[in-house]
Parts: sequence; structure tokens; C-alpha cells
Amino acid sequence: MFQFINTLLIGITAGSIYSLMAIAIVLVWRSTRVVNFAQGGLALASSFVGASILAREISFWIALPLAMIAGALFSALTEYFLLRPLLKRSGDKGEEIFLPIIATLGLLGIIKTILNFTYGDRIGSIPPPISDRGFVVGGQVIALSPMRVLILGIVLVLMVLLTYLFQKTNLGLSLRASSYAPEISRLAGVRVDLIRTAGWAISGAAGAAAGILQTTNGSGAISPESFEFSLLLVFGFVAAVIGGIESLIGAVLGGLTLGIILAFILMYLGGSLVFFSAFLILIVILIVRPQGIIGVKGGRRA
Amino acid sequence: MVVVHKLQNLRFRTAIGFSFIGLFVFFLSNIVDEWRSFQGATVAVYVVAIASIILLTGYSGQISLGHGALLAIGAYAAALAQIYAHLPIWLCFVTAVLVTAFFGALLGVAAARLSGPYLAGTTLALAVGLPSIASQFSFLGGEQGISFSVGWPPLSLGSDFTQYKWFFWIATIAALIMMWFVRNILHSRYGRMWRAVKSNAVAAELTGIRIGASKVLAFTISSGVAGLAGALLAMITNNVSPSAFPLALSFSLATGAVLSGVNTLGGVMIGSLALVAIPEIASSASNLWSGSENTAMLLPELIVSALLILTVFLAPKGPIEKLRARHHR
Amino acid sequence: MTLTVSELTIHHGAICAINNVSFSVAKGQLTAVIGANGAGKTTLLRALSGLNKSTQGHATWNEHNLLHSKPESIVRHGVSHVSEGKAVIPELTVNENLELGAIWRKNKQEARETKEQITSIFPRLGERLSQRADSLSGGERQMLAIGRALMSKPQLLLLDEPSLGLAPLVIEQIFQTIRDLTTSMGLTVVLVEQNAMGALKIADFGVVLNLGKVAVTGTAQSLMADPQVRAAYLGY
Repeated sequence: MFQFINTLLIGITAGSIYSLMAIAIVLVWRSTRVVNFAQGGLALASSFVGASILAREISFWIALPLAMIAGALFSALTEYFLLRPLLKRSGDKGEEIFLPIIATLGLLGIIKTILNFTYGDRIGSIPPPISDRGFVVGGQVIALSPMRVLILGIVLVLMVLLTYLFQKTNLGLSLRASSYAPEISRLAGVRVDLIRTAGWAISGAAGAAAGILQTTNGSGAISPESFEFSLLLVFGFVAAVIGGIESLIGAVLGGLTLGIILAFILMYLGGSLVFFSAFLILIVILIVRPQGIIGVKGGRRA
Repeated sequence: MVVVHKLQNLRFRTAIGFSFIGLFVFFLSNIVDEWRSFQGATVAVYVVAIASIILLTGYSGQISLGHGALLAIGAYAAALAQIYAHLPIWLCFVTAVLVTAFFGALLGVAAARLSGPYLAGTTLALAVGLPSIASQFSFLGGEQGISFSVGWPPLSLGSDFTQYKWFFWIATIAALIMMWFVRNILHSRYGRMWRAVKSNAVAAELTGIRIGASKVLAFTISSGVAGLAGALLAMITNNVSPSAFPLALSFSLATGAVLSGVNTLGGVMIGSLALVAIPEIASSASNLWSGSENTAMLLPELIVSALLILTVFLAPKGPIEKLRARHHR
Repeated sequence: MTLTVSELTIHHGAICAINNVSFSVAKGQLTAVIGANGAGKTTLLRALSGLNKSTQGHATWNEHNLLHSKPESIVRHGVSHVSEGKAVIPELTVNENLELGAIWRKNKQEARETKEQITSIFPRLGERLSQRADSLSGGERQMLAIGRALMSKPQLLLLDEPSLGLAPLVIEQIFQTIRDLTTSMGLTVVLVEQNAMGALKIADFGVVLNLGKVAVTGTAQSLMADPQVRAAYLGY
């Protein structure tokens, strides 16, 4: 029983981080109908920015927002310089749909090289700002620590903020309209190109937060070769698909679901099956319910 | 009658072409050193792997970021066939092809409904997820992996016939056979069928082509080909372990395919040579500049990534198509 | 304040979709542009909104060059385009669709007033503000599309086949509404239609396009009386 609860808690924490990444992926998807495979790399770069700031003895509470701003900037630059020219050329022809995907892969390589060059062997350190020792309940240490609560809190706050942004503000309306019907939005006076960049910027910020929180939840250290960030991308993607890649709430639900399932697999079946399970879950969802938990059947054309 | 003659002509010409390549390689193998032989064998591996991607993506229009996993399946299949069934080497290769093709068929069934980013993400998940399974099951050798050995070259080839030269030969012959096969498939009605589905699925369906079946077939064959590449890789490195098939491998292969021009088989050498030559050139270059060790290791990835982005922007259909287009103006 | 189109030529690849078209529309007038399918009517409107880049010739509204503007800028010059096929966003609510039309406007108070104006012109929209646009009937969607276009307080309204796919009774309503709006708001309207009769009945002027060229222009009355026009487009 105790182990069950612990596993659940671990799963929820990890899952909330996947949700953040899933939100980032969904945002980019909804603005440009592209999945940015460099997102893991961008999150890594932003995390390094965060680590550098922390290394200067600046508080975590300043480093995190700054890293998110860096993430927003990196992401916006990617959209502006890489994606926009590409999408202008390719349109919707079947041939060239994967060109943006390949381009983001190239970008990933470049990001890694730059990070490697700048930081080399040095490991960035992002220690948790508050205690990550579990609370003691009934004489036993449970897998819930102040840090974990903080992570959940941050994700919740971000989700609420983003939902508010999307549903209640003009920017949010423009974002949604531009992704559903870019031409109609243009004719209504929405600067669709600018809005898209904004969508990517928000996505970059979310990704940066995911990267930093994941590091504090994990080893506390990052290096340019960090495999965890590729994992973060994959898990974020799976989470987004589970939730239905069109919806932010779906992203959160998907993330939590994935986190919990993987935590149980980790606990009861062993670590090396975790990655493959993610793959299996993805396949199962895509076959059984491709529109995800939230999605509407027959939804939007891909 | 005329058509039959033409066909025979193409097959004939292809056979002649391949024979020339074979002779050329044979000639090369006698004048290069061990390191080059190793590189040559690696090029052969990439040629086969990239060809499998060209078939799947360029012809059938299905993107894969996870071919590294398919190579892993082939490699493990070959090694297991040797260890547990004691099959002769060539049968191990055949096993690799068949086993991977089988998994490819399963994967294809799952993937047939997916497109674009969904397919990319799924294959990415596969690339990340599959190799790690090996650590779970002990008969797969865990982290250290299992070994695969093609043994020493037969004495009949002479006493100074080195191990790597042997690898080079086997890899080249296997690659040539596989490439001949792939080329024929791509020029057959199957190749045309894939192209038809890729360019206009609705129209293709109206002519009676079953899209799902066509996609699964493409996945199956592509996987089989990739399986051979994996087995060859196992041969060259003598070892099969999860760490030999990282995500980076899948990305490299996808990159090589784009550099080659993913739509036609003809450019497959470009990508393969690039993948092998660039690290070499980069380390020579950084030696010249007396840069740090670090730079030497970083440069290949930087160059490759930059080339990738350049190719995507300047020659989206691949450098060969671009040259052809220039020519026709 | 006129819309002046002169020597407009548009190519779609090898095909000449619009060939040397010239006409002008006076302020406050409703001009119907009619013609068969494929005559180039939609192409014309899209060019006037900056959606078509391969254009030659001129088209100006208030001395502002429409052809080379960015589509998102035309509303800021007082031009609203309602595209073909019910230009609403189905996933958004009625209210959101309307808000979208005024999103660029700086004066939020005025925008609110405009919305009230529109919901009083189209009471059915006012009743369904919080419903998703895809729950509306065809006629209601068309009203929403027009309503959204009006939210930007345009002086020039470009309408692309508003009657498409609607029931005859609804079509009458829509046309009547368009006429009333033109008069009451002092709009200048270009109404592209396949429903030649309906369009000419409410129009002041007419332009007949045939295979990308201007076949006839004239007052709506004269066109309705013209035997050739009647035979070709009016069915009697």
C-alpha cells in the first residue's frame, strides 16, 4: 500500500513535468502544425542558461523565470529564422512535409555542438532550491517532498496561466484563431506570422521550465550530452498524443497519465522497460484512440 | 516485344554496372590499409541503411527517425542466430533480414495510419525505447551485449588477407547484392505503387491500390534491408549492445538520407561517404588548426548539422535532383 | 473614396485567370460581380485582399494599393473581406468570432458599441453568443461571417458568394440584409455572386465577368434588361 502511494506520487511529479513539455509541443503544433524536434535541445540550452545564472549565486526564483525568457527567445528565433522560410516554400505537398522535421533535427545538432563548445565537460548544476527530502508520515518517509510539491505547484500555476491566456485574452484568441484558420484570421486583421512566433515563444518558455524542473527532480546536473532531454521530448510527445495533441488540458492529463503508468512500470517491472513501454503506449493510443483522451473523433486534419 | 527488350536492357545494364562497382571495390581493397578497409566497410553499412530509408521515405513517403532500432534488431538477430543456432554466417545475415522484416511488418501495421509528425514521433519513441530492452533480458547480453564474429578469412585467400579486408569484402558483397535487390524493387511495379500513393493517395486508391497494404509492404522491406545493415554493423564491431544503437545513430541515418537526396537511390553514396568522411576531414582540419581535442570531436556534428540545414533549404529533393534540374534549364 | 481596378491581370501558372479587368465602384454603391463558375470572380476578390501575389495592374481603394498589401493590413484601411464558403471559425464561439473581427481595433469602447450594433442587426447571433460557431445553421453562419466583417467598421465590404449553399428563403434574407446594410451604413460593397438574379436585384451597378474578362458593365437595371445577360445568366 505504502509503495503504491509512493509510486503514485513519483508518477504524478514526473508526469507533471512531462505535461509541461507536452504543453510546449502542443503550443507549437497548434500554431504551425509542426512538431519541433529540437524542443529538447532548446530546453537544454535554456537550462544551461539557468545553470549559469545559478552559478553566479543568484536565487533560483530569478534564475527560473530568466531561463524561461531565454527559452522563449531561442524558440522565437527558431521559428523566425528556420521555420518561416521553410514553411513558405513547402506548403502542404506530401513530399515536403517532413522537411521542417529534418530541419529541426539539424538545429538540434547545432545546439548540442554549441553547448558542448561553450560548456565542454563542465556540468551545469541546478540543485533544488528547497528541501527534496520526503515528508515523514506515520513514521515513514514518503515520496513527497517540499520540492515535489513545488514542482506540482509550478506546473499547476503555469497551466492555469496558460489556460487563462488562451481562453480569456485577445492574444489567446488570436493564437487559437490563427491555428484553426490562418487565412480568415488574416483577413480579420490578425498578424498571423507574429502570433505564430508568439506561440513558439510561449512554447519555448514552457519547455525551459520543464527542463529545469526535470533537472531538479532528477540528478540536479546537466551536461550537453544529457540523454534526459531527448527523453523529455519523447515523453512530452507521447503525453501530448495521449491527451490529444490539440488541447492544453489534454496535455496535462496525458502527462500525468504517462507519468503514473511509467512510474508503476519502473517500480514493478524494472527500469529498462520504461522507454519501450512509452513506445508501446504511444502505439496503442494511436491505434485505439488516435484523437487522444480529450480529442473529438474525426477531429482536425493532421 | 520492344518493351521486353528494354527491360532486359535495364537489368543487363544494372548487372554490368554493379559488376563494375564490385571490381572497383576489389581493386580498392588491395591498395588500402586497415583503417580504410574499416571505413569502407562502414560506408557499405551506411549505403544499405540509407537505401532502406530512401525506400521507406523517398518512395513510400513514410518518415522514420528510428531506423537505428531496426539496425539493432538485425544485429541482435544475427548474433543470436550464431550463438544459439550456430548458423553459418551467411544464414545469420539472412536471419537478420527476415527477423527485422517481420518486426517491420508489425511496425508497419501500426504505422500505416500515421503521417508526418505522428509517424516521426512514434519512430523516435521506438529509437529511444527499443535498444534499452536488451538490458532487461539476460539472453540479450544486458549492457555489455553479445558478440558476433564472422571469423577469419579463409586461408585460400592468402596469408596476408587481413581481418578488416575480409570485413570490407563481405560488407561490400552483401551491400551490392542488397542494393541490386533494392534497385529492382524500386523500379518494379511496387516502386511505382509506392510513388503513386505518396504523390496522391486518393488517386492511387481509385486505381485499385490498397494503401494500407502498400505502406506495410514498404515498412517490411525497408526493415529487412535495415536488418542487413545492422548485421553488417555487428560484424564490423564484433559486438552488439544497446549502446551501439543510440538515438544519434537514427539521426545520422536520417541525415545521410537527406544528404543523399531521399527521393532517389542514385545519391546513396553521397550520404554514406559524407557520414564517414566528415569526421575524418574534421579531425584532420582541426589538427591543422591545432585546435583542442574538443573541437575535433565537435566539428563533425556541427558540419553535418549545418549541411543538413543547408540541404533542406537549398536542395530539398537532394543534391542530385538539384543538379538535374539545373541541367534541364 | 472609390475602388478603382485598372488593367488587372492575374495568372495561375499558365492560365490567365483575370485578363485586363478594369472597373470602378463609387462610394456607397453596391456593385454586383457576376459570371459563371471559373470566370475569375473569387480570384478577383482575393487579389483585392492581397491574398494573390502574382498580379499585374492596379487596384486602389482610397489611394491605397490593395494588390500588394499584406492581407492582415487591409482591415486597417477600411476593407473587410468575407471569403467564400462561410468564413467563420467553427471551433470558436459566436462571440469569439465577432471579437476576432475587432481584435485589431485600439478603441475597445467603440468595438463594444459596434458589437451591440451588430447583435441588434442580427438578433439570432445575439442569442447564441456563447455557442460554438459550428452549431449554427448555414444562414446563421453567413450572418456571423458578415457580422464579423462589420466588426472592423469597414468602408469597403467584399463579399464572396454569400448565397452559396443556402436555402432560397435564407438567401432572400441575406440579400435583403446586405442591401439594408449598404444603405444604412453607407458601405461600398462588391458582391461576387453566381446567383446573378438575386445579386442584380439589390445592386446599383453590375460587372459581368466571362473567362477572366469584363463582358459588360452598367447599372443593375440595364443589365437586368439586357437580353444577352438575361439569356446567359438570368434564365429568361
